[in-house]
Amino acid sequence: MTRILGILVGLFFCFALSVSLFKGVYAAATDPAAPTAESVFHKHPRELSLASDGAFGRFDKRQLQRGFQVYKEVCSACHSLRLVAFRDLKALGYNDDEVKAIAKGFQVPGLDPATGEVNTRPGLATDYFPKPFANDIAARAANNNAVPPDLSLMTKAREDGQSYVYSLLTGFQPQPAALLKQFPDAKTPPNLHYNPYFPNLNLAMAPPLTAEGQVGYKDGTKATVDQMAQDVAAFLVWTAEPKLDKRKQTGWPVLGFLLFATVLAYLSKKQIWAGKHDAGEASAM
Amino acid sequence: MSFPWAQQYVPTSPFMRWMDEKLPLPRLIHGAVGPGFPVPRNLSYFWNFGVLAGVCLVIQILTGVILAMHFAPNAAIAFDSTEHIMRDVNWGWLLRYAHANGASAFFVVVYIHIFRGLFYGSYKAPREMIWLLGVVIYLLMMATGFMGYVLPWGQMSFWGAKVITGLFSAIPIVGTPLQQWLLGGFAPDNAALNRFFSLHFLLPFVIAGVVILHIWALHIPGSSNPTGVAVKQESDTVPFHPYYTAKDGFGLGIFLLVYCAFVFFMPNALGHPDNYIPANPLSTPAHIVPEWYYWPFYAILRAFTSDLVIPFTHIVLVPAKLLGVMAMFSAILLMFFLPWLDTSPVRSGHYRPLFKKFFFFGLIPCVLVLGYCGGAPAAEPFVMISQVAAIYYFAHFLIILPLVSSFERPDPLPFSITEAVLGHDGRARLAPMAAAATTPDAAGIAPAHPA
Repeated sequence: MTRILGILVGLFFCFALSVSLFKGVYAAATDPAAPTAESVFHKHPRELSLASDGAFGRFDKRQLQRGFQVYKEVCSACHSLRLVAFRDLKALGYNDDEVKAIAKGFQVPGLDPATGEVNTRPGLATDYFPKPFANDIAARAANNNAVPPDLSLMTKAREDGQSYVYSLLTGFQPQPAALLKQFPDAKTPPNLHYNPYFPNLNLAMAPPLTAEGQVGYKDGTKATVDQMAQDVAAFLVWTAEPKLDKRKQTGWPVLGFLLFATVLAYLSKKQIWAGKHDAGEASAM
Repeated sequence: MSFPWAQQYVPTSPFMRWMDEKLPLPRLIHGAVGPGFPVPRNLSYFWNFGVLAGVCLVIQILTGVILAMHFAPNAAIAFDSTEHIMRDVNWGWLLRYAHANGASAFFVVVYIHIFRGLFYGSYKAPREMIWLLGVVIYLLMMATGFMGYVLPWGQMSFWGAKVITGLFSAIPIVGTPLQQWLLGGFAPDNAALNRFFSLHFLLPFVIAGVVILHIWALHIPGSSNPTGVAVKQESDTVPFHPYYTAKDGFGLGIFLLVYCAFVFFMPNALGHPDNYIPANPLSTPAHIVPEWYYWPFYAILRAFTSDLVIPFTHIVLVPAKLLGVMAMFSAILLMFFLPWLDTSPVRSGHYRPLFKKFFFFGLIPCVLVLGYCGGAPAAEPFVMISQVAAIYYFAHFLIILPLVSSFERPDPLPFSITEAVLGHDGRARLAPMAAAATTPDAAGIAPAHPA
């Protein structure tokens, strides 16, 4: 009885699926999906290798400091970094006084201690990076109806994180003539900017890194656009995963211990089973 | 309950004798996972995964309870409290990555455990109850995993919750009120997040309870084994301790190595980047996908793209969405009927030439393809591929399996586990007994011992 019911239910689902499949095949044959500008011209990010990559990778603190400088002088005009506190910057190699000085350079929301009125005050090490806009409406009004996303987790919140950030920052270019020829309706709208690494090819952000030397690096590194993009991508890897170094440092001893314990477990298993003709695997598989 | 030759528990010290009279816990352990539990001597490493699943449950409960101390189940701050755990809580990143990857590890282990049962016929008599309880555990795990994924309140949390609870709205008449009742609103929000947190905390303990029943039911007939031949004599078994404690210890070491490699070196490999974007009800992600362990069923859900209509009319009998929901739930629930769908008296797929072919060249590729398509965008060719694979999935369990078990001629079985392991030595030693038992019943599904 169960088997007959089972076969009937199975036939029902197989029939319904066959109907869907037949209609799908028919639709695909008679009306194949037309290519879109996005499907043809969107590019996979260019690979960016960083010191923090791989199981042995560690942050390059000098690069992180340069990247922080790029964020501070360029990105922070529009993008918040709300999950990062100034105190966290000590991980970049700054000492307490430097962190306090950096914090002081930012105005954060505060209250007048005498009147209780809302005002701003210089930041403290315990403060978080302030938001450049009071709210999303203000952000939209100032940015061509787009809210600049928070950057704290950006390299974990996009496929190919660091490579995507790097490619996007260096990928602004005039719209290719071939695109307009194939898709005359896909012209980049006014106030948007063509970038093949962005999912829909046109984004509201104007090219932020435009000229060599836009940021004056203190460590003598030449601030090319490519270098600045790499540095800020590295910095955003750190903001997204500040415990990355500690995680990998912890991982190796853990794996080492487990490997040792596993070898011991294997040897004791072998000894205990000796003489029992443990042919279970051989006979079963 | 055990085999007559099981080693009896004898407390040695006065304290243990006193303990044995008041609360025979050591006796229970001795008989459950100690020297008092005889286990077939020929178990392969596939039999490690039950213990590993138990370890995963313990890892999830331990990390989860501590994470709950730092997490705030409130839609306004849930995302930030998760990041607070990652950044400010001591070793919080380790707890969270251990928990998130622990869920994946749990499902990997359980899937291997299930497919081991499917191949070796572990669901057949006398072990139907173990299998049924196992399916209950699996269902509870799916519910718990889904609700856990909602808690960080990222984009995939929110939209996953919306899609999955939206499935209930496909039910005729009561669907939409039911969905709103489940969510506590018209869309996932604070009410949903709060109850999901509450249930996500509760259900693992329910799972632990059903796991106890699962193990209890296992101890009635004892473990199955790769030959599927029932235990007949003492030489077929070894005591669980030290033989399988040692073997499980080694398996546990291998498991932890792989698990920790993920936790420490690629903790986000199995997650979706969109869940690092805070939930935004006004911005729909390009592709909404659940966690990888639901992908085969998600593919089945999406494979139903057209309504069933009365031919030559526009009267819809069953809408496509309802078909998809029915099929997705059926795909899991049919597991409950497996012991009665597959009636072959031979348990182990090793001795079933036809079944083996359908298993390795049909079912395994079909589930992998469904899994891949479930994670891919809902576009061609993935929809067509998943339709073909879903047809096979239902055909395999509901049509092929019942028919194969009727028509198949199984290969000859070894007389006993001892013979399977020891070959000619064992055969010679057991020759007088072999003459007495030549019926397929004795070789296949006879009770372990006439008790």
